[in-house]
Amino acid sequence: MTDLEKNEDRFDIKVNVKYRKRTAPGLGPAIIREISESKEEPEWMLEHRLKCLEIFQTWHDPRFGVDVSDLDLGNIVAYLRPDVDKARSWEDVPEEIREAFEKLGIPEAERKVLAGVGAQYDSEAVYQSIKRELESLGVIFLDMESAVRQYPELVKEYFMQIVKPTLHKYAALHGAVWSGGSFVYVPRGVKVPLPLQGYFMMGSPGSGQFEHTLIIAEEGSEVSYIEGCSAPRYNVLNLHAGMVEILVKPGAKVKYVTIQNWSKNTYNLNTKVAVVEEDGTMEWVSGSFGSMKTMLYPASILKGAGASASFLSITYAGKGQHLDTGAKMIHTAPNTSSVVDARSISAGGGWAFYRGLLHIAREARGSKASVRCSSLMLDNESRADTLPIIEVLNDKADVGHEARIGRISEEQIYYLMARGLSEAQARELIVRGFFEPIAKELPIEYAVELNRLIALELESSIG
Amino acid sequence: MYLLELENLYVRLAKEDRLILKGVDLKIKPGEVHAIMGPNGSGKSTLAHVIMGNPNYVVVKGEIRYSGEVITDLPPNERAKKGIFLSFQQPPEIPGVRIRSFLSTAYSLTRKNLSLRELEGRMKTFAQELGLSPDFLSRYLNLGMSGGERKKSEVIQMGVLDPKLVILDEIDSGLDVDALRQVSKKILELKNPEKSILLITHYSRITSYIVPDVVHVLVDGKIVTSGGPDLISWIEEKGYVEVGTA
Ligand SMILES: Nc1ncnc2c1ncn2[C@@H]1O[C@H](COP(=O)(O)OP(=O)(O)OP(=O)(O)O)[C@@H](O)[C@H]1O
Ligand SMILES: [Mg+2]
Repeated sequence: MTDLEKNEDRFDIKVNVKYRKRTAPGLGPAIIREISESKEEPEWMLEHRLKCLEIFQTWHDPRFGVDVSDLDLGNIVAYLRPDVDKARSWEDVPEEIREAFEKLGIPEAERKVLAGVGAQYDSEAVYQSIKRELESLGVIFLDMESAVRQYPELVKEYFMQIVKPTLHKYAALHGAVWSGGSFVYVPRGVKVPLPLQGYFMMGSPGSGQFEHTLIIAEEGSEVSYIEGCSAPRYNVLNLHAGMVEILVKPGAKVKYVTIQNWSKNTYNLNTKVAVVEEDGTMEWVSGSFGSMKTMLYPASILKGAGASASFLSITYAGKGQHLDTGAKMIHTAPNTSSVVDARSISAGGGWAFYRGLLHIAREARGSKASVRCSSLMLDNESRADTLPIIEVLNDKADVGHEARIGRISEEQIYYLMARGLSEAQARELIVRGFFEPIAKELPIEYAVELNRLIALELESSIG
Repeated sequence: MYLLELENLYVRLAKEDRLILKGVDLKIKPGEVHAIMGPNGSGKSTLAHVIMGNPNYVVVKGEIRYSGEVITDLPPNERAKKGIFLSFQQPPEIPGVRIRSFLSTAYSLTRKNLSLRELEGRMKTFAQELGLSPDFLSRYLNLGMSGGERKKSEVIQMGVLDPKLVILDEIDSGLDVDALRQVSKKILELKNPEKSILLITHYSRITSYIVPDVVHVLVDGKIVTSGGPDLISWIEEKGYVEVGTA
């Protein structure tokens, strides 16, 4: 076993799934029509897709971040529909797919701690359930295509209004070929007591996953959503270009938790944006371990007075990985506040790049923001960079900023060894400690999983 | 039989060619308390770290024996497992690592007889006896701690790990009068005929609680005089220059 494979034992689940529909590799209007037709979409969605395709074709690749020249979109199969119907009961999910998810502990977690679960295999949702009490309160938790069919007006009002297809090349691509994802609607004043979870898995080689998640939290409502991602490893490149749009209406609160563990041949070019209205709160918690190359900059647009957002993240860039991530905090209203705490580890030659933006507009008087990014490099071959861009356009804002790149100190290792820990145990403890303030924000199962991943990563980077 | 024997020990810094200890002889029997005093920079902490196995120091001559076994080349964790404990003069900050979880890990590696629950109980009792709330155990190791809190954290660790050879490097510095009493009490509780204490200090206050059997004066990397507890008052009166040359 190579080091790379060793890290993925639990996630390296390959299954034989028959596909009902498989579009020919490459992209063109014909494929887009085919996708739209098989989803029985309304006309406006087809038009939207075709418009996005046009925009996509005029775009160049991003001129910063990771090198995407290996990525041959002509070879990525955009749309894979497993030959199954969406199940509402876990038992109805086909056995091969069920097993794959069960290895990841999905239904188990649902029974214990979740209010609803959606599971997506390649392009389509295979499982969706929500607790009945929530349904009766008017909470909607559906896979995206069902939402397009069942709530066309609601979806049309918000779909890709927060992230426009003109934002960047992969946003346009996403708009053209999106498939799956979750739709969450929380009515005014409803507080969803337990997290909702969407689990996304790419099962076949050389495929793309383009799920679209749209969360609308009406005035005074509260919801948290956990997104888990993984894929078994094949030798062909995979592409993940998902999109998350979140609207936090006045006084509402949304927490979005991600654990990203795509296989290490995946390009993860993802877009996430939240708009936060008056006195609303947006919380991002993110752990990124997987993928070969990632570009992801979750943005919070603090549009209403008193709105606030936080972004806590852990990135682990191991052997062969280049993860370029960071938060964007855009303050456009008075008395808004934001906190960024981004931490990264690079090991085994990996490269963690923090690229963030804090923008405080002229109108955002009395705003408060702090950005803290810290990186830990475990060896001399690994790289860490931080590029926190800060633009403050008024003099009534309180901005704090700290960036730190360091290594584990010999003194710390010695101290722990003097208490009986081996050098490897001491390193692991220090690394876990570095992540701890973020890990403690994760649901307990994920925190445990995180510790396990760190231990495995360290074992392979040191050993 | 000695618990600790240093024989003609010469030690230099690992990173530069500078000799810090220049022929130290020290023999400690089980049950004994030895105190080391000496001017700033004379090599007291270096001596403590060399016994613990700090890789910043290299033994160029002589050897360290513990319970009759040569341990000069053992890594610090192996020494800890054998029952050696050093309370650091300046324990480093380790962010994100809570005292409680770290100490249970360390405990499981060195001794094993207590259940997790008993261990938790013991930590809480120790914290309380040192005038700390149980929340103290949830704090990150040494991070943002006051001088006195750091020393108390070291004492809790010592109490839980229950070592045979306790080296206390200026455990009394930075402690207020009540804290000094509490800390001394915890150290004395640990003391028994099998265990030995090496106490590094600048002050006679702690030696009135923990009375040494032998006092050594270390000047410029060498033990220049050894004697009974009376030596302490003599040092306080005359200073190291006179004692060292007497
Ligand atoms: N890691 C190190 N790097 C450089 N110099 C060192 C190191 N450790 C010790 N020294 C030097 O060795 C000498 C002895 O230092 P040591 O810390 O042992 O003194 P000490 O007797 O404990 O002093 P104090 O009473 O101030 O604690 C000093 O000159 C010190 O600067
Ligand atoms: Mg000292």
